[in-house]
Formats: sequence, C-alpha cells, structure tokens
Amino acid sequence: MSCEPWQCAEVSSTKKANPIPKPEVAVALIKKATRPILVAGSYATDRWMEGRQLIDFLIDFARASKVPIIATAHIVGEFLKRGYEPAGFMSAMDIGNRLVDPDWQGLDGKGPYDLAMFVGMPYYMEGLIICGLKHFAPNLKTMTLDNLYHAHASWSFPNATLEEWAKSLTVMTSKFEGVQ
Amino acid sequence: MGPTPMPSMSTLRDWDLKLLERYKPFYMPDCDLCCLCTFGKCDLTAGKRGACGLDIGAQSSRIVLLACCIGAATHTAHSRHMLHHLIEKYGRRYPLDIGGLNIKVEAPVTRLVTGIRPETLGDLEDVLSYAEEQITQATAVAHTGQEGNNLDFESKAFHVGMIDHVGMEVGDIAQTSTFGFPKADPEAPLVSLGIGTVDTSKPVIMCIGHNVVPSVGIIDYAKESKVDDKIEVVGLCCTAHDITRYYNRGRIIGPISWQLRFLRGGFADVIVLDEQCVRTDITDEAIRLFVPVIAASEKNCVGFKNRTNDPSDEIVADLINAKVPGVLILDPEKVGEVAVRVAQKVAPIRRKFNNLPQLEEIKKLAKSCRQCNLCRRSCPQDLKLPQALKAAAEGSLSELEELYEYCIGCKRCEEACPEKLSIHSFIVKTGWKHMTEETNLCRCGRGAVQDTEIRNVGSPIVLGEIPGILAVVGCSNYPKGGKDVYDICREFATRRYIVATSGCAAMTAGSYKNGEGKTLYEEFPGGFEAGGVLNTGSCVSNAHIAGAAIKVANIFAKRNLRGNYEEIADYIYNRLGAVGLAWGAYSQKAAAIAAGFWRLGIPVLVGPHGSKYRRMLLGREDKPEDWEVYDARTGNKVNVGPAPEHLFQTVETKEEAMVAIAKLCIRPNDTWKGRSIKLSHYVDLHKRNYGTMPQDLHLFVRTLADVPMTLKDEFAKILEANDWKEKVIPDPTLLPRMIRKMKE
Repeated sequence: MSCEPWQCAEVSSTKKANPIPKPEVAVALIKKATRPILVAGSYATDRWMEGRQLIDFLIDFARASKVPIIATAHIVGEFLKRGYEPAGFMSAMDIGNRLVDPDWQGLDGKGPYDLAMFVGMPYYMEGLIICGLKHFAPNLKTMTLDNLYHAHASWSFPNATLEEWAKSLTVMTSKFEGVQ
Repeated sequence: MGPTPMPSMSTLRDWDLKLLERYKPFYMPDCDLCCLCTFGKCDLTAGKRGACGLDIGAQSSRIVLLACCIGAATHTAHSRHMLHHLIEKYGRRYPLDIGGLNIKVEAPVTRLVTGIRPETLGDLEDVLSYAEEQITQATAVAHTGQEGNNLDFESKAFHVGMIDHVGMEVGDIAQTSTFGFPKADPEAPLVSLGIGTVDTSKPVIMCIGHNVVPSVGIIDYAKESKVDDKIEVVGLCCTAHDITRYYNRGRIIGPISWQLRFLRGGFADVIVLDEQCVRTDITDEAIRLFVPVIAASEKNCVGFKNRTNDPSDEIVADLINAKVPGVLILDPEKVGEVAVRVAQKVAPIRRKFNNLPQLEEIKKLAKSCRQCNLCRRSCPQDLKLPQALKAAAEGSLSELEELYEYCIGCKRCEEACPEKLSIHSFIVKTGWKHMTEETNLCRCGRGAVQDTEIRNVGSPIVLGEIPGILAVVGCSNYPKGGKDVYDICREFATRRYIVATSGCAAMTAGSYKNGEGKTLYEEFPGGFEAGGVLNTGSCVSNAHIAGAAIKVANIFAKRNLRGNYEEIADYIYNRLGAVGLAWGAYSQKAAAIAAGFWRLGIPVLVGPHGSKYRRMLLGREDKPEDWEVYDARTGNKVNVGPAPEHLFQTVETKEEAMVAIAKLCIRPNDTWKGRSIKLSHYVDLHKRNYGTMPQDLHLFVRTLADVPMTLKDEFAKILEANDWKEKVIPDPTLLPRMIRKMKE
C-alpha cells in the first residue's frame, strides 16, 4: 500500500497526510475526537466491494460508531432508501464552506466539529475541499476513509485494493460495535 | 449616459464588494506553494505568508484573476485579430448589422460597459482599445508586490470578466455583420454534427480552434474553384460553429475532446490550426498519419517556417511531397488555396490511412499491460483502464468500448503507460461503431437575441412565470460523458425554462436523441422563449446570453443602458432568474466568462472538474442577516432569503445540478405566482433526485400564496416546524440610491 497521491500529478502539498497504517489507528483517532462527522459523497453507490456498495459499509459504520453522516450531492435519497437517515445533506462545497467557519455550530447546533472524515467523492474534488480545510480550518482535523491516499488530509489511508478497503471499513465498524 | 462609462478597475468595486460580502470566497488552493517569482518557492500552508507577504487566500484569488486575465485576453485578442482583418477587407465604415429591424440594441454589453453605441466596424476599434487597456491593467495587478487583499483580487477578476464579455461581443458582432452569419434567427438552420456525417470519400479539411477567418478563406477558395461539393470542410471546437454559420455544407465534428479520435481515425487529409484549445501536440500526431498541417495564427505557430510570402505552388508541392510536415501561413486567403489544393492531392494518396491497431492486435498488445494502474491514476476521469485492458487481454473488448463515451481524449493514459500502449487508440478502435454512427444535428449558431423576443418574454421572466433562463455553456471536460448535458437541457426545456447553449456544450447538447430519434434542436424551438433551446454560437457568442439579460433590463424594464452598469446588474441580480451551467468547463476563457456573469449577478454552476478553479463564491442560507435587500418603495430593509444562494458553485452530479439550477433561479422580485411555479420545480426535482422534500422551503416562502397549490400540506409541515412568518415582497435593490422614498 503506497502513500503517493492516487492521481499522479497531485503532488503539490508541503504538509502531507499522516498515513493510517491500520484501521485500528483510525478508530482510535475517531474515539479521541469529541465532535466527529463523516461526509459521504456521490460515489457511495458507485463503489462496490465484496458484492456490497460503499454506502452499505458506511451505514454499518455510522450505526456502530454513532458518527453522524452528512450526504453530499443527491445521495441522501440512497441513504433513506436503506432506512438510514443522515444527520443532514448539502452540497460538498457548502459543507466545506461551513467547516472553515469557526462560528458554525454544526448540524445540530451543539458546537464546531473537531474531526471531519471524507469518503466517496471524485478524488480531485475531495482533495481540493480537504486542501481548503487544511489552510483555513486550523482547529479541524481531517481524515479520509477512501482507499486512495489524500495528501492534503491530516490522516489518510494509503492506496489500497477494494478487498483491503472493505476489510478496513469492516474492522472499523467491528471495533465500535457493542462498545457504545 | 449613466454614471460609469468605461469603468476603470476600481469604479465598480463597491458593487463587487456588496456581492462578495454575501458570497464569500471559499478557497481550495490545491497547491500550497507560490512559485511566480524568484523569492520563491514559498510555502503558504495554513497561514504562512510568502516572501512578498502574500497569504494563501490572496494567492488563490490572484490565480483566479490570472485565469480571468488569460481568458479575457484570449477572447479580446481573437476579436482584435478578426477586426483587423475585417477592416482591411471591408473598411472602417462597414455598418454593423446583427439582426436587421429586429435588433435596435445591437451591442448591449458594449453599450452598458463603455457607453459606446457602435454603428460601424471602425467604432469597434475604440471599444477594443478600452478593453485591452483594462486587461493590461488587471494583469499588472498580479505582479509580485501589487495587490495584497483577496477581495480586491476578486473584484479585479470580476472587472476583467466584464471586459471579457465586451471583447467577445465585439468579435461576434463583427463576424456576424460581415460574414453573413444567421442574424438573431430563431429558425437558424439545423447543421450536421458528428463524425458519422462526414463524407469520407471526399478530401477532408479539418479546422481546429476558434478563429474562423482561415476557414472562411478555405470555403471561399473552394467555392471560387467550384470544388466545394468535392471536399469536406469540418470543424472541431468553436471554429466548427462559425464554419457552419458561414457555410451550409460545413460540418461540426464535435467538441475539443474529439481532436485525437478524429485524427487517429484517419479522417483528416489536411489540418488547419487557428487559435485556442488546439492540442499542442497535434502536429506530432499528424506526422504519424502523413497529414499536412497548416498553422494559420500568429498565436500558434507550432514551430513551422513562415511561408506566408512564398508562392502557393511551392508550398503545395512541399506539403504534398512531405518535404515539410507543416507550414505557417498568416494570410487566410492563401491558407484557403493551399489547404484545398493539398487536400485534393493528398487524399487519394492517404486513402484515409489510420494507424489504429486491429481488434485482434489490441487483445495481443493488452497482454503486456502490467496492471500498474498508472493509466488510471493519470486519467482525469479515473476511468477503469487497467480492468478494461485486463479484459481485453482475456479476449473481451467490451469494457474498452464502453470507455469511448466517457473518454475526454486527453491521452494522459498513454503518456503514463510504461509499456507505451496506445490506450487512447484502443478506445477509439473499439468505439469505432459509435464514432462512425454519430450523425446528429445542431442548431446553427443564431447569434444575438432579438429585441422583439425580449419584449415577449420580459414580463414572464421578471415576474417568475417563465421559471428561468438556463445557459449551458463551456467546454467538454465532462465527468461522466456528454449525456448529462443533454439530460439537463432536455429536463429544463421540457419544464419550459429558456435554455441557451453555446460552444462545445451546444454541440454536446445536440449529440443525443430522444425516443423518437430527434435531437434537442429538432425537439424544441430555437427561439428565446419558454421551452426554447437556442444555440447562440461559438465561445464569443456567449456575450449574447449576457446581452439578453441586459436587454431585459433595458428593453422590458426601460432602465437606462449606456454606462449604467451597477443599476442594470442590480436589476438582473434581483429580478432575472438566470443561471449559467458550465458542466465541462476547463479553460481560462471559461473562468473569464463566468466572472462576467458573476458581476452581472448571474450565478454559475460548474461540474466537479470546475472545483479546480480553486475558489467558490458561496452564500450561507443559515445566516439570515446575509439576505437583506432594500425595498426601493420604502427604504426598509427586507429579508428575501437566499435568492440566489450562490454565485459560483461546483456540483458533483447531474442530479445535484438539476436541483441547484431550479433553486438558483429564485429571485427576490418573483411574484407570488412566479415563486409558486419556481418552488414547484424545485420541490419536484428535489423529490425525484434526492428522494425527499427540501429542508429550506421556509426560506423561500414569503406569503402563503407562494406555496404551490398541490403541495400545501407538505409545505405546511415545514413552515410550522421552522416557525415561519409572513414577509413583505419588496421592490428589491442592493443600491441605496435606487430607493425612491428614503426611510424617515
């Protein structure tokens, strides 16, 4: 598993994401956060692993971890179809724009988030949003749950196969199940 | 004359800052560095300033400004070149005519910005001189140690965007007046579109770029030599639109991204390059296929020897005998003669030679793929190339074939491949059937919108009964193929929005058919009317879309036009439900065009690749204090809700785009009937694409009359849950000077 940006030319960051060597590390980081949120993009239904769609893994994870999901693009309907109600939905740009606002109190009005996780957007677009957060949201940590390394994040999984990705998401879910 | 003829960079700054206060920039710098001067490279990460003192926000807006300057310079230089040529040919006193008796306001953008009312070609020189000075001034701003504030960079980007529309308008009214293009014709003819429309039994001259002057030389020579029925003159990118506006036998091959597939398919016998959006390696590709190249623009000499003053016979002989791969000819008439004569001689020798591999060969070659993923990691669309190559190696070509629709022809896959596999050629070959069956129709670029059309639709647009104007413009860097563009256009035309197209997007919109086998342009009328789908023409024709918005304010609302930018923009922003969509925008020109729309208060959406412009202009619907306007009747401040919510936004999917378009057409001035219609579309599209009701409806309902009749119950729940209260429908303005009666 490599920690090079998935798209070869995306090398223009001086501060690079710390790689997440195994899912347990991600779980520890999420548990350490007081106000985490997961931003799920339109590829949540395009990506298939082990006969299941990414969105199904995300719902399992969100149910187990109690991390709220915010759906971008039109994907909220896909969550609702599966019986899961995200905490909110808005365009990816809107969520990025709110996360750089230190006064934004979050979807529930209970205070700013301290960890924003991202998954399932076009690679370049997700990378750009995370880059914006790196520069303009100094109190926010970012993490990507994709199987593609994102240099602009605070923490990112390395590039990985679909099988490895499925395993990581499953392990992360299992580490929360029955804990909370 | 209004207060601001020929504004300088700071004249309209207050207006810009009003917009930027509401739509604050959200920066996504992408690159953490600045490497524009020798102090650098400077690391600007997370608050660090560079050696010159600039921070990453200002640097990001500086890059936006530079993009807009490049775009505006490109359109304006194009127009300047054309104007030089046309004045030389027709004289300074040649009258402008872009619509006969149907158009009195011949140059709405020019009149608005400069105050000049041009009547002849010569008058346009003054307009361009002003535009050129402004672009020079704005470009100077980007030098190290000039502007340091991000919002001032943004304001200057708006300024240069406004100038870009002036430059575009000059170019299109000059060429429309002199070349006999359709003049604001809603029934401009349908023209052939697609590779399958080319008669490949004839010599084919392939013109690439945006400046039609050399293509006119080709067509004129072919006609004069009476061989116009014996050759094919085809165009790629915007020059294609203008070829078909000039010549009814011309053909549009497709957008910019079709260059390689057409060339590698072996269809072209001569290539003529003018300017803009031309692949810079096209000559290398052409050499491999024994296709002579004629460069016809000073801006794009591609290393060829200047043969402008050589006898045509010698140039023709050198190209036919392959003594040289190409020539630079800066005389469009000579380009015409050489291109036609060379095409006729070369075609029987070339016999449409192409070097695409055979299907069986692809299967064999694919076996050398190492599955290293570098092709996919270099592909802008993240196409599953390794999987397709694996399948090919195993004997199935269907996965490669499927990529034909989504490939944008950038060839980065081939550049990355360590095995030097011609991956793009594999896609073209396996997609051959699709390619040669592309036989579609595009509405010929009609040019401007008639004054009479504006009178007919002015009232229903401003009152909201025509739910909106959707301008689908720009390039072809589509995230999932061009069908999204067709689907979006068709959706909104069916809903009786006015759909205006231009450039590559206009071609893409015509490249698909409905269940009855009709393209959009056959299915919908070409007028500026509810349910119309009109194609204004090439890139420079985008100015007519802005011009139509301006003319609504001037002709319908009788607002003074010349030199009265702020008032007209305020009118458009508050009253005209217009939205631009550049689904595949890639270029600096697209950035400049968008900036021109922003300053007019017209929101622009871009597809996912548009996020690479690095900066969005986003409103916050959760901040009610941001959405106050003056009621011009009373001077009171009134909350009108987030209408429109954003000025520049990237959307991720076509479904999201559709919902955003409907929402962004909402304006403070809508009557209750108009608002009700707009909300019906917003809710309907939202429910269909998102599977749920919008959560923000309470922000858009001012009185209960705004609520669509059939949705009363659903609205009632949302209004109640959000403690909704009735609001005044104002006569909205952002400008205190427009208040008729000051508040006591």
